[in-house]
Amino acid sequence: MTKTAASPKIKIDPKQIAKKYGIVIVLILMILGLSIAEPAFLSPTNIFNVLTQTSIFGIMALGLTFVIISKGIDLSVGSVLALSGVIAASLGQTMAATSKYYPNLAELPVIVPILAALAVGAFCGAISGFLIAKTKIPAFIATLGMMTVARGLALIYSGGKPVSTLIPNLTVLGGKLFNVVPVPVIIYFVVILISSVLLNRTRFGKNVYAIGGNITAAEVSGVNVSKNLVLIYTYCGLLAGLAAIVFAGRVGSVHPGAASGYELTAIAATTIGGTSHSGGIGAIWGAFVGALVLSVMRNGLTLLGVDAYWQQVVEGLIIVVAVIIDMRKNAKRD
Amino acid sequence: MADEKYLLEMKNIVKTFPGVQALKGVELKVRPGEIHALMGENGAGKSTLMKCIAGIYRPTEGQIYFDGKLLGHYTTADALKMGISMIHQELSPVLYRSIMENIWLGREPLNAIGLVDHRKMYDLSMTVLKEIELDESPKTLMVSLTVAKMQMIEIAKAISYNSKLIIMDEPTSALTDKEVKQLYFIMRKLKALGKSIIFISHKLDEIYEITDRITIYRDGSYIGTENTKDLKLERLINMMVGRDVNEMFPKVPCHIGEVKLEVRNLTHRRLFKNVSFTVRRGEILGIAGLVGAGRTEVIETIFGMRRKVGGETFIDGKKVEIRNPRTAIAMGMAWLTEDRRQSGIFPMLSVQLNMAIANIAKFLNRLGFLKESYMNTVCDDYVRKIQVKTPSLSQRVENLSGGNQQKVLVARWLMTNPDILFLDEPTRGIDVGTKAEIHRLITTLAGEGKSIVMISSELPEVMGMSDRIMIMHQGKVTGILDNSKALTQGELMAYATNTMEEYHAARGKE
Ligand SMILES: Nc1ncnc2c1ncn2[C@@H]1O[C@H](COP(=O)(O)OP(=O)(O)OP(=O)(O)O)[C@@H](O)[C@H]1O
Ligand SMILES: [Mg+2]
Repeated sequence: MTKTAASPKIKIDPKQIAKKYGIVIVLILMILGLSIAEPAFLSPTNIFNVLTQTSIFGIMALGLTFVIISKGIDLSVGSVLALSGVIAASLGQTMAATSKYYPNLAELPVIVPILAALAVGAFCGAISGFLIAKTKIPAFIATLGMMTVARGLALIYSGGKPVSTLIPNLTVLGGKLFNVVPVPVIIYFVVILISSVLLNRTRFGKNVYAIGGNITAAEVSGVNVSKNLVLIYTYCGLLAGLAAIVFAGRVGSVHPGAASGYELTAIAATTIGGTSHSGGIGAIWGAFVGALVLSVMRNGLTLLGVDAYWQQVVEGLIIVVAVIIDMRKNAKRD
Repeated sequence: MADEKYLLEMKNIVKTFPGVQALKGVELKVRPGEIHALMGENGAGKSTLMKCIAGIYRPTEGQIYFDGKLLGHYTTADALKMGISMIHQELSPVLYRSIMENIWLGREPLNAIGLVDHRKMYDLSMTVLKEIELDESPKTLMVSLTVAKMQMIEIAKAISYNSKLIIMDEPTSALTDKEVKQLYFIMRKLKALGKSIIFISHKLDEIYEITDRITIYRDGSYIGTENTKDLKLERLINMMVGRDVNEMFPKVPCHIGEVKLEVRNLTHRRLFKNVSFTVRRGEILGIAGLVGAGRTEVIETIFGMRRKVGGETFIDGKKVEIRNPRTAIAMGMAWLTEDRRQSGIFPMLSVQLNMAIANIAKFLNRLGFLKESYMNTVCDDYVRKIQVKTPSLSQRVENLSGGNQQKVLVARWLMTNPDILFLDEPTRGIDVGTKAEIHRLITTLAGEGKSIVMISSELPEVMGMSDRIMIMHQGKVTGILDNSKALTQGELMAYATNTMEEYHAARGKE
């Protein structure tokens, strides 16, 4: 036995680290800058506040990470949130609700609206995935269609009105555990963990990378590409359904026009986190960090008292600058 | 037919693509435990036939028997399960994933609770890598490997399926002698285990060295099957091409002028050190060496694709600073890259555009519009000269056979008519008949006073074409030799393996 077998040694090369974790450095710099300018930023309340604000689009960004690594896109997650949200909310109203959807329906256990939201989300995702896998239409088109259809269905179902007065067991999901840790944050972290295992430790995860990295190679290696595509979009839809529950819990009602534009925020978070739209590259931690960059920025701009209109301008600029600083993709071969 | 058992029997296979009949009713019979060569010109239909076996294409007509059973429609996954695996001619790996994930793609080892067992995958990969003697960590990303190493990984992957039939579609076109020897070793071992191998190559010496029988196709038709040892070279070529090909490397001496390009002490952080050479007008400089010697990397650095840590480049005696390929091209250099899949073809674009893309400026009229018909005339001319087999100029390049894609690239760069032309493995995967024609075109350019730098892993090609030969070994230039009749392959190999002293000592004693 020779010892030449390369053992996975960890070498510390600052350049390499900057390349790989550029966006983390951006985040740290933002946090440092903000806490100097406004010490209140680092208070536990504010930190949990930021995390809670991240959770909804952050959860959707996790699903989008799978989609984008596979060289796809899902524009429908915002609308799917609204559709699963109104359906779940209608099943989770108190008896006393003035505008009850099913007036004769007894108060259901909280698991019913939760499962309903997840099922609706997953179903919408599965349909997009099926269209993409079987008809080979571009993901952009399939999910653009789903985006419009789901929004329309949400409006039809709710008659255009918000669904409110939800049972306490549902709103508790938007509250805090032991009055300290926000439940949405707990849910978010659990999903990060699950997604990370799914992407890194299962065959499904490997297939996602392979499909995005080289679809022909995946096909001839015996990967069932169509099945995996359906699974990818189903998972993304499922997480949109989950985000809908968090949304319902936090807001206490769901409007059929809710979460419009969230898909773009979630896509931005994923992209800032280094997931490449050319496929095959990306990681769950990236989606987390990318989402944090966005919400830290929003929170900071508000704390600093920046005018709401100007916030948008600054936000757009920062997104672009953050991706430029994150030099992973424009690095020259050495 | 009961007197002989075949592992694979294909009868009357027809495969039609829109506008092209790739296979016109061909047959193939492979015995258990034999190495069976397929030969034929570029576009003869070899790869198409193999894709039919591997379940990628469904034959338009015909029957496939495997292990005595008639097969119906099946997928690649089914083929792998039945025991048919394939090394693809035109397949790039999943680049941003590790070696081990590429090898075990689609069948990752799982642990007790159904999660991917990375530890086991690592260990299994180590075993496989050791078998092909590749010294890389299984965790290395594919993208950081050279083409040859990627090819070795593809080979490792195909073997690791433990199939009864392994199809190797031009596995050696990206390899040099050392890896080819390793591949032979593996092939013989597989044969001894009773496995059958279908081997496709345009290199005749390889065919004679390793195969038992040869089946020849021409233009989608079956020509014949012969025992390798009974088939004379001339007859083989005649069966392939349908005529006699005599001169393989027609080097014409050209007038050699003053120094055009000089590279002095070019050094990279880790890949090569102090590389210096000159090329004169009208001269062909060959670069030989084993894979990993740093030959391609030197050119990439000259072109500004890689960062250098030292060294200078001079053109016509003037020092130039080249930071990117665009500057290099503006200075009259052109470069046919080594890997046509990654940096060569635009797969979904037409043959015409793929040829003309580096020359667009030449085809513009005064208003800046493309002179479509002029462009067609020029492209047509090259299509005829180097026999690109394509139904039309508007065919997508991805639909051409591998060798024909290479011809399109050769045409692209010959068309640019540069002052300094770098050719990295220009005739990779090109059939014997056309090779001579490409060599003639290269020599013509040299005759016009152009400077040519040609990397080739085929020693006969380097020795047949070059005026001088530079040999590299592990990032160092071990010698720059004048090409003469006295130069032998053995001597070149000695320089390529950095064992010149031993070689000369041994020769001295004789
Ligand atoms: N997908 C496709 N669509 C259209 N034509 C195709 C397609 N695949 C192959 N062809 C055509 O079929 C013919 C045979 O191609 P094939 O790739 O089998 O040749 P080959 O013998 O492997 O050649 P080479 O030695 O260059 O690899 C070629 O003329 C090619 O243009
Ligand atoms: Mg071929």
